[in-house]
Amino acid sequence: MSDTLLWYTTRGAGAVSLVLLTAVVVLGILSALRVQAAGWPRFLTTGLHRNLALMTLVFLALHIITAVVDPFTHLGWLTAVVPFSSSYRTLWLGLGTIAFELLLAIVVTSLARGLIGHAAWRMVHWLTYASWPVAVIHGIGTGTDTLSAWLLVITVACVVAVIAAIGLRLTARPRDPLKEPRTTFQAAVQRPETR
Amino acid sequence: MTQLLAGRNLALGAEGLAEHVRRLGPLPVPGPSFIEVLERSGLKGRGGAAYQAGMKWRSVEAQSNGAAVVIVNGAEGEPRSLKDRLLMTTRPHLILDGAFLAAKAVRAKQVVLYIGEDHRAAHDSMARALAERTNEERRLVRTVAAPARYVAGASSAAVHLVDAGIATPTTTPPSAHQRGVDGAPTLVQNVETLAQVALIARTGSPTGTHLVTVAGGVSRPGVLEIQSQTTIADAVELAGGPSEPSEAVLLGGYFGTWIRAASAWGLALDHDALRARGLSLGCGVIGVLPGSRCVVCEVAGIMRYLASESSAQCGPCFFGLRALADACTRIAEGGTDHLDLQRLQRWSAEVSGRGACHHPDGAVMFLQSALNTFPEEFAGHRAHLRRSA
Amino acid sequence: MRLAVDRIKCDGHGQCAELLPELIRLDDWGYPIVAQEEIPDRLVPLARRAVSGCPVLALTLQRRAR
Repeated sequence: MSDTLLWYTTRGAGAVSLVLLTAVVVLGILSALRVQAAGWPRFLTTGLHRNLALMTLVFLALHIITAVVDPFTHLGWLTAVVPFSSSYRTLWLGLGTIAFELLLAIVVTSLARGLIGHAAWRMVHWLTYASWPVAVIHGIGTGTDTLSAWLLVITVACVVAVIAAIGLRLTARPRDPLKEPRTTFQAAVQRPETR
Repeated sequence: MTQLLAGRNLALGAEGLAEHVRRLGPLPVPGPSFIEVLERSGLKGRGGAAYQAGMKWRSVEAQSNGAAVVIVNGAEGEPRSLKDRLLMTTRPHLILDGAFLAAKAVRAKQVVLYIGEDHRAAHDSMARALAERTNEERRLVRTVAAPARYVAGASSAAVHLVDAGIATPTTTPPSAHQRGVDGAPTLVQNVETLAQVALIARTGSPTGTHLVTVAGGVSRPGVLEIQSQTTIADAVELAGGPSEPSEAVLLGGYFGTWIRAASAWGLALDHDALRARGLSLGCGVIGVLPGSRCVVCEVAGIMRYLASESSAQCGPCFFGLRALADACTRIAEGGTDHLDLQRLQRWSAEVSGRGACHHPDGAVMFLQSALNTFPEEFAGHRAHLRRSA
Repeated sequence: MRLAVDRIKCDGHGQCAELLPELIRLDDWGYPIVAQEEIPDRLVPLARRAVSGCPVLALTLQRRAR
């Protein structure tokens, strides 16, 4: 009975993590696009993005802990940190580990942004575009034998949302109005040294 | 009295090393108190900002541990200025003397000649002069071409180009003398200042002269060496006199100040006297505006130029100067609109001090000077029937 | 303590003005005009929030120097 509870909690927390992570990715893109409306200031998008990212980690922790503690899965704590080290669903769980670690790196560097500086933070943050699809694939792969309608609907909705957001990002004009003149000027004043 | 441009006729080109040494004696070795000599001389920089040279050297030397860098700034980004190029093409060894004196005094391991990429004659002259120097001196030196943009002549842009290959101004602090090329304290000094140093090392004091470029509506525009009691009228006469009656003088280049011609003629080109009236020699350009040209239109043209020379790193500078230039152009081409005059005041206040470098500040001061000196012209400007070029 | 903006890093996101309208407003082009005076004690926590809210870390708090 408690085993089934653990199992449902793992799946539930996993699903919630995916939804939250999707929201985080979409809000991150909207943040870069500097969207705002009457009553929706830009700091709200950024603030939600950050807070939901932390919430994602909480549900992810629940997801991982219940999965490891569950005797049915025969997972050790090592599988949470070393990818592809489980005998149970090696590939799909390994992907989950990878997604988790990428996310951890992103969140830790974000919390330490003041220490590492903007440039380093930005480089690590690009890993988001790796972490999210890996998490989705992990979800699909580990859930194939017990795929239920609601999980399918949630996954599809998440994928559609992120694809739409990425589409928006790719088609929007740059939000930094100085991007073009700055690049033009820099090209004009770049010089190799002459002896 | 020694002068910077003493020696062979300027039209004969560069003075070679043998002649230079014959005329002035060999380059003295700077003693440990040379910086003190420099401080006591009161020598001010000739690049435009007029910082005390001794103070700069003192600051660089204090933090130098043998890795300091000297940048010889011959970029001359100010479009109407010719003095730095003249020095480089006729008295290159004065400049090199000053550079090597600086290198010894601040314990530098590198001397960089920063010369405008389009200024071939200056580049060639300095290269030929360098070839005449000792091996030890030559080993210290490398030449870097300055891009032909207005801001490329600024200290932080020069450091940035030498350091990272791109001549955009950077945020200060830290300034060059604290942390410059490769993180080392860097002395950026104008070529005319270094030429003065070469003479101070031999005579103990500066020449008491300045190089100025007289430009615009005069018969013989060009470079003059003048003393502090020389008046603007004297300088204009030495440049052949006005080609037509003039109403306005721009003193100090595009970051300088406007003066009504009537008030300008009697002004002595003395740093302190000018300071007392809120004026400055700046980079030494004395621009005489021909009477046939309209001040308002001229100001609009220069504002457009300064706006286009923004490095586009800071929003207030790029957009603010453009807005100011557009408003000036509207006044120049369409006649005065009092809303535009209000905008000029509001934007001037908002743009000043909100860039990383002093480019927007200089442009705003130039504009404010025009508005304060020619208020009636700006208040009542009408579009010209025939636009003056 | 006072606010300082690194003008080159600043990209005109404008979140600082949203978070601290008491001390920061935006100019006609979306870039911050920051009050130069000493920050009142009651606003210091909000100033810290504005600093951490800047997407490019252009806004900083500086102790009174020189």
